Amino acid sequence: MKKKSKVAINRRDFFKVAAAGTVTAGALVYQGCKPRSSASAEGGGAVGEVPADGMTYRTNPHTGDVVSLLGYGCMRWPLRKKADGSGEEVDQEIVNTLVDYAIEHGVNYFDTAPVYIRGWSETATGIALKRHPRDKFFIATKMSNSSDFSRQTAINMYNNSFKALQVDYIDYYLLHSVGGGDGVATFLQRYIENGVLDFLIAERKAGRIRNLGWSFHGDVKVFDYVLAMDIQWDFCQIQLNYQDWQNATGRNVDAEYLYGELVKRNVPAVIMEPLLGGRLARVPVQAFSMMKEVHPQDTPAQWAFRYAGTPENVLTVLSGMVYMEYLQEDIRTYAPLVPLNEQEYKTLEEVTKVLIDSDYIQCTECQYCMPCPYGIDIPGTFGHYNRCVSAGKILKSANDNGYREARRAFLVGYDRSVPKLRQADHCIGCDICRSRCPQRINVPSEMRRINLYAENLKQKSVF
Amino acid sequence: MLRKVRTILACIFFLLITLLFLDFTGTMHLWFGWLAKIQLMPAILSAATAAVAFIVILTLLFGRVYCSVICPLGVLQDGVSCVAGKRKKNRFRHSPAKSWLRYGVLGLFVAAAILGGSAVVSLLDPYAAYGRMASNFFAPLYRGGNNLLDWLAERVSSYAFYPTEVWIKGWITFGVAAATLAAVGILAWRNGRTYCNTICPVGTVLGFFSRFSIFSLTIDAEKCTKCGLCERSCKASCIDSKNHTLDKSRCVTCFTCVEKCRFGAMKYAPVSIGKKKNIKPEPAGKENSAGSGVSRRGFMSIAGVLALTQTIKAQQLKVDGGFADILDKKAPERKTPIAPPGAVSLRNMNKRCTGCQLCVSACPSGVLRPSGKLATLMQPEMSYEKGYCRPECTECSQVCPTGAILKIVPADKSAISIGKAVWMEDTCLVNRDKIQCKSCTDNCLTGAITLVAINPEDKKSLKLPAIDKERCIGCGACENLCPARPFSAIYVEGNVVHHSI
Repeated sequence: MKKKSKVAINRRDFFKVAAAGTVTAGALVYQGCKPRSSASAEGGGAVGEVPADGMTYRTNPHTGDVVSLLGYGCMRWPLRKKADGSGEEVDQEIVNTLVDYAIEHGVNYFDTAPVYIRGWSETATGIALKRHPRDKFFIATKMSNSSDFSRQTAINMYNNSFKALQVDYIDYYLLHSVGGGDGVATFLQRYIENGVLDFLIAERKAGRIRNLGWSFHGDVKVFDYVLAMDIQWDFCQIQLNYQDWQNATGRNVDAEYLYGELVKRNVPAVIMEPLLGGRLARVPVQAFSMMKEVHPQDTPAQWAFRYAGTPENVLTVLSGMVYMEYLQEDIRTYAPLVPLNEQEYKTLEEVTKVLIDSDYIQCTECQYCMPCPYGIDIPGTFGHYNRCVSAGKILKSANDNGYREARRAFLVGYDRSVPKLRQADHCIGCDICRSRCPQRINVPSEMRRINLYAENLKQKSVF
Repeated sequence: MLRKVRTILACIFFLLITLLFLDFTGTMHLWFGWLAKIQLMPAILSAATAAVAFIVILTLLFGRVYCSVICPLGVLQDGVSCVAGKRKKNRFRHSPAKSWLRYGVLGLFVAAAILGGSAVVSLLDPYAAYGRMASNFFAPLYRGGNNLLDWLAERVSSYAFYPTEVWIKGWITFGVAAATLAAVGILAWRNGRTYCNTICPVGTVLGFFSRFSIFSLTIDAEKCTKCGLCERSCKASCIDSKNHTLDKSRCVTCFTCVEKCRFGAMKYAPVSIGKKKNIKPEPAGKENSAGSGVSRRGFMSIAGVLALTQTIKAQQLKVDGGFADILDKKAPERKTPIAPPGAVSLRNMNKRCTGCQLCVSACPSGVLRPSGKLATLMQPEMSYEKGYCRPECTECSQVCPTGAILKIVPADKSAISIGKAVWMEDTCLVNRDKIQCKSCTDNCLTGAITLVAINPEDKKSLKLPAIDKERCIGCGACENLCPARPFSAIYVEGNVVHHSI
């Protein structure tokens, strides 16, 4: 089965339209639920100058590092077909172009992990960064020992990061996705019982790790437990955005609490999922209009980035910028950051209400669940569904206006974005993916829901 | 003038019938489905008296208009012959009728039809022969073109087109179609309508009626100069210009001679009573019918029995992203073939189907494909490797012109049992991988599959599927969606006679 080279978060479909300046909310509905999958290193939707020296920086209170507020998330590098047709590879030329551009414009924080992009991210990021002086950037990578808890595997993974990244020290090293699995017990198995954390602390002492921290998803007990340990954490990576501030979904914890705890202990926060995998850049029309009424020129993504960057204890905000136009837009947002004011916070509260009422599946297309052993394209299926939600094309009943067009758009778009054999009807409900999902989505049940919806449309049944 | 009208009509009929085989959206047959139903063999097989009567009366009135306008294989031959004629003009010659061959083939055909030699009937029926060509050669091209347009539409965010799968559904049938095309094509290239006047049983039957047709072509001996142009332009080789005779049983009323004659000696007019008819039966010539080696489909690979089904396991070192490979499904060896809903029984299917492939072309789920077995050669049978028989679809029953698949509506369909699911204990993932798979249960449309705990004492016990045969309709959803590959761990055996549940 072929896979579409669609690693992209397709978050700014609206942005390009809005840039034309003439679009009405009504017309947006006709955007359809089509994924945008063309990768390019050329700027497309850029409006105005991209300042090279306006970046906002934050200082790490522990090491004095001056870190750019915009951090580069290296989880979503663009892929291309290999020349010999034998599969895919990271498109290194585009990666180089993007990294060069980011550094030229003041970005200095790059976040990767050994497991990202089928294990290719570190190497690709390392190649691109090797072409720059070592003191021009901070590199963050992780201990992703989620499938095998042995000490040796962990140390191999650690050593391998140095090789793949071609560095002799790592600026920011994280325990990856703390809070997953079976709560505190899993944390102890992964890092304490096998002595891995002691090993890493020794490495920090030796200077090969400059900052030691952890990224968090999931069980709040683990968060409290790890934060209360007798260890000086140099930073902590949390999911923070305006929806998650007070309305975290699944087993995620409200960002308000997480951030508050970090402030109390003077641990700087690195922010992930500021856009929820693109969903906050591709909001429903109603929410879109609310934001446009306040700032006609700003995109939903800009709102979300300003939100994530405003709190003072935020060290950097990670953005997985696959396309040059995303990179340019994000640089503009943070060069310099204009903090949100009271009225803007109120607007986002309203927007959040719309989002919560929407039918989104809380998937950020992070790929942690993949590969599904039975071949399902989980993020692809959820992504298609969510794009249809954003476009207002999910039908509530068979009597809705625009039934025919919405039906066709959903079904044809489904076959185009996900090969038939990888669609929801092939999910066997084995639950293997559930423990891997940082958003704690009940994947099999959502798959059944999407399949039921697709079947209703296919059979033209009344619902 | 007459010839032009005939040509235009023929082209329209030909195009529309071809479109019936190309269309995969199910809209074409709503408008033009009748075109297949007025083909002689389908009309006879479906006992459509009105259609048969129409064709006989048409022939009795106007001669073999059917052969030059309605029959797509006839029009195809005219096309080939026309191209050949551009290279070498006036290349035909009168030849005596080969009646022994004509009636011999007809006799064989009738005998086969009565005795149940459906393969012979399928091979010789001209409409079915053309159907196989259209569905095997033209349809893949058409679909390829559609996919190209879909690709373009996707670039501009349009949903005007949707992608469809292009595949050859049965290589034996493809071979038969290719052999038929080669044989008919060569004959048409060299000798025009030889096939129609020596082999085609429909041509023979209509030829018999056309002897008595009211309107027919005649030579006005007064005006004729015996230049022989009519004879040399006659693709049916039925004009003997020297003796001023024309064999009405072989004339397909193409009107070429009328147009060619410079002296106005060819007339298409009602026969005046008492005029003598000219029929000259003469045994001569030897032509081969378009046949091809028919081999029984090989047994399922022996390896298939040994190789247990398998799915790809996730990699040992888990990294994010990527896809597990998915093996293609292989067809199980079904003891009883599955006939589509509406077919009533395997016997009805076998008796009525001429193997025209219209249903196979129309099936949007990739379920129908031509049989490779001798007894049911080229007749449709079902298999669920590419899809299953979807509840909302009744395409095959709508298009079938012969009554082999009778018309049903979706509401009937969910109550017609065409087969029974059979569960394979050893290959079921629950037993093999010790994982709680719910695929067949979740996807069963009639709720015929339930999960039953292996160990009822244990609340966490794995559960195995149990099939309630009374509720199973044989749609194949469970088989198609079963994660065991290449052989599904649950598959459908056909019902010899369909019944309602």
